[in-house]
Amino acid sequence: MVTIEINGKPVQAEQGKMLIEVADEAGITIPRFCYHSKLSIAASCRMCLVEVEKAPKPLPACATPVNDGMVVHTRSPRAISAQRSVMEFLLINHPLDCPICDQGGECTLQEMALGYGKDISRYSEAKRVVGNPDLGALIATDMNRCIHCTRCVRFGQELAGVMELGAPGRGEHMHISTYMEHSVDSELSGNVIDLCPVGALTSKPFRYSARPWELTAHFAVSPHDCVGSNMRVDVRRGKVMRVVPEANQIVNEEWLADRDRFSYTALNHPERLTVPMIKQDGQWQETDWDTALTRAAEGLRDIVQRHGAESLGAWAAYGASTEEHYLLQRLMRGLGSANVDHRLRQQDFRDQAAQPAYPSLGQAIADLEQLDAVLLVGGNIRKDQPLLAQRLRKAARQGAKIMQLDAVGHDLAMPLAEQSIVADLHSEMLGVLKALVSEKGEAAPQGLGEALAALEPSETQRAMASALLAAPQASVFLGNLAAAHPAAAELRQIARELAKLSGARFGQLAEGGNSAGAWLAGCIPHREAGAKPSTQAGMDWLQMCEAGLKGYLLHGIEPELDCIDSAAARRAMNQADFVVAISSFAGEGLKAQADVLLPQATFFESAGSYVNAEGHWQQARGCVAAPGEARPAWKILRVLGNLLDLNGFEYTSVEAIHSEMQALFGDVAMLAGEDWQAEQSWRPPEGLLRLASHPIYRVDAMVRRAEPLQATRDAEQAVLRANPATLDVNGLTGATQARLSQGGVSVVLPLCEDETVADGVLLLPSGLDEACGLGAPFAAVQLENVD
Amino acid sequence: MNAMVQFLKSLTLKELRSGMGVTGRYFFGKKFTVQYPEERAPQSPRFRGLHAQRRYPNGEERCIACKLCEVICPAMAIDIESEQRADGTRRTTRYDIDLTKCIFCGYCEEACPVDAIVETRIYEYHGEQRGDLLMTKEKLLAVGDKYEAQIAADRAADAKYR
Ligand code: SF4
Ligand code: SF4
Repeated sequence: MVTIEINGKPVQAEQGKMLIEVADEAGITIPRFCYHSKLSIAASCRMCLVEVEKAPKPLPACATPVNDGMVVHTRSPRAISAQRSVMEFLLINHPLDCPICDQGGECTLQEMALGYGKDISRYSEAKRVVGNPDLGALIATDMNRCIHCTRCVRFGQELAGVMELGAPGRGEHMHISTYMEHSVDSELSGNVIDLCPVGALTSKPFRYSARPWELTAHFAVSPHDCVGSNMRVDVRRGKVMRVVPEANQIVNEEWLADRDRFSYTALNHPERLTVPMIKQDGQWQETDWDTALTRAAEGLRDIVQRHGAESLGAWAAYGASTEEHYLLQRLMRGLGSANVDHRLRQQDFRDQAAQPAYPSLGQAIADLEQLDAVLLVGGNIRKDQPLLAQRLRKAARQGAKIMQLDAVGHDLAMPLAEQSIVADLHSEMLGVLKALVSEKGEAAPQGLGEALAALEPSETQRAMASALLAAPQASVFLGNLAAAHPAAAELRQIARELAKLSGARFGQLAEGGNSAGAWLAGCIPHREAGAKPSTQAGMDWLQMCEAGLKGYLLHGIEPELDCIDSAAARRAMNQADFVVAISSFAGEGLKAQADVLLPQATFFESAGSYVNAEGHWQQARGCVAAPGEARPAWKILRVLGNLLDLNGFEYTSVEAIHSEMQALFGDVAMLAGEDWQAEQSWRPPEGLLRLASHPIYRVDAMVRRAEPLQATRDAEQAVLRANPATLDVNGLTGATQARLSQGGVSVVLPLCEDETVADGVLLLPSGLDEACGLGAPFAAVQLENVD
Repeated sequence: MNAMVQFLKSLTLKELRSGMGVTGRYFFGKKFTVQYPEERAPQSPRFRGLHAQRRYPNGEERCIACKLCEVICPAMAIDIESEQRADGTRRTTRYDIDLTKCIFCGYCEEACPVDAIVETRIYEYHGEQRGDLLMTKEKLLAVGDKYEAQIAADRAADAKYR
């Protein structure tokens, strides 16, 4: 610790910290443009010049480390004159177009110009003019306004991990653009909009639609991934105009993934449901709530009477609020059926009773930055949980060993220490475990002896094992593809053993936004709210499909698009006599399958709480009123409960449900789960396997309808991807399209060579319209040439 | 003493006479009553009457939907919706001034960076139906188109004081 003096005030500071940080902590404002606490230091704008005694010239506070006895003046005539001069230079080339600039009203340059600028410019020469690069569907550019702070460039390099924007040219000719003519495709790209201190980079969907002073800010929690990012929802006249991050250092810091930022654009999609509808003789009719709810209740009761309560099932969306999950399972259990499930992107539930209270990251989100070794198994964390990947990227920059064990070599935009891309995740993980066991010289963990005995670990597997073992802080994470694996339980078992043996932590990167909340609220067949074992045995969603249930209550999902096994979902819906869908959107698929459609408010329009992957329980209150007749789902479920004469459905507010849950949850978060020990019996099926998991912009009904997101490069095209060797084996070298058949359904799609896909597998993501009706991942498929 | 003075004043009808004096002075003096509507009072180029939206000589509307007039209006009489027009420029899709709310302070004109919204010399207008006094973008542009010569002359006359 050193003591310095700023503006006559003694301040304690850590030796070597930058002056601007120290001043910020002491509450002394120094003007700045290029400095940002989360980015590296560029010292390019020079706005933060301050006077330091004994220094011959004013020094940039952002790049001046503090020293004992330093005497700093931030408001002395010399400092102010330096700052004013810098301001004058910055304004030389800045266009005077504040009235049409979307940043107007929340612009750092505007504010600084008010404080440090002159009324009249002394510059009468021609201003510099540069072109506006096209950065895609999300970011609008007006590069004349750029002041070259390079925040956007540094963000790309340091946090997004992709050098998409750069600053080629020098001096007068320097400008910000993409190096080669292509759009900015990072899944975190929207953050440069917030970072840009001027209006050079602004939001394209928001463009020219409102002024910051017209907006009222509301708080929301994103249900699109398990981070639970905090969002500030800006509302104008009852309409969501844009979404920006709400800083929360333990969750999303100051960032938002594009998926969270732009999903609001789907709110007024033509497929938005705004009136209750019932199907009458195959025709959809709009109706009122009374009729629709009565019809729903009668239908459900009828199923119970005719076929028994066990023929009723409920499927919920991953992103539904905890209150909704809770009410849904109470409603079902009240009717006498424990068939409720939300794990629509999993297919192996053998270890469910041994699982912890919820799929947890095993550590705080912020801790990810401190990790020294990370084994990522099966899943594209960069696209599935962008902000968790961002934390890992930070760790990687500090030297953490990131290891990827997957069937597709996704580009994680961070340096990888080890990479193993194989079709058979299961035996590859066993290999790593074997390497770990032999390195430690211990006996094989219980139940795994036989599986490990015959294995001879490869070089990579050994390297992975020793990296895990050597790291003081290590973690093993199972991603979305691993969760969707037909032997996911076995993968979880191995991963837990790996973590236990190496002293690492085991974490699950949950597939959905509120998976943790759903587990805690009891929206699973084997546990009631608060992780209490269910008194009744319920069926998981695949068992329900198999059993051919007669009635379904769907909550916020489109079965064919949301379920990982679209074929099973389609079959189940076709077999059902009566399907009630509570949903915000109704596409053709849902309309064909449902009998009653109850319009639901989205998370922007209703209060609810969400539990993220670290178990952080966050409450949101809703930002705007739902359009038309749409109502918050908790109200719909409450009235349904009343109509079905169930007890305890008299809630008058979402808080009442919340406190009821709070009492039930207690400290179940502590329930760590037990070891599930099984013989490792999974063998990959013969032939070509299809890999599938939900791509970033297909995860829920809302994201699927967000047009700007669908216009990005990440919006997955329905393309079959396989590596050249696999194509060769299947006689498809050079083919441009192929017919894929899986379980009796076939589709003809373009074919693309992709070196990153493992041998012997074919990648066709799930959740695509074109993939509707196809079966589960890791199942054998046939590929035929149709050229 | 005071009471005495009071008494004399009222006895001599001093106040009545001085009052009548004023009446007489105006009665016989030069008249300045304006015989409206046959005669008109002179107007300043700064007169703040009915609003108009102006165009550039090439026919393009001036307004760029910056909403500065909307935010400054103390009576909250202005209502704007904006969007990006097909050619990429920032434009209003709706621009309403509710004349029944407007207090004719002229702030909107003052705030406008492109001299789009102006207040003209027109003060003779009325509405017969509800809504007649709600000036829409079309109505405002029509006023602007009709009186552009006058509006431009008035701005020019006032330019050196601005
Ligand atoms: S004159 Fe004043 S009150 Fe009337 S619209 Fe303009 S700003 Fe509002
Ligand atoms: S009239 Fe002028 S101030 Fe009002 S929105 Fe248009 S340009 Fe802006």
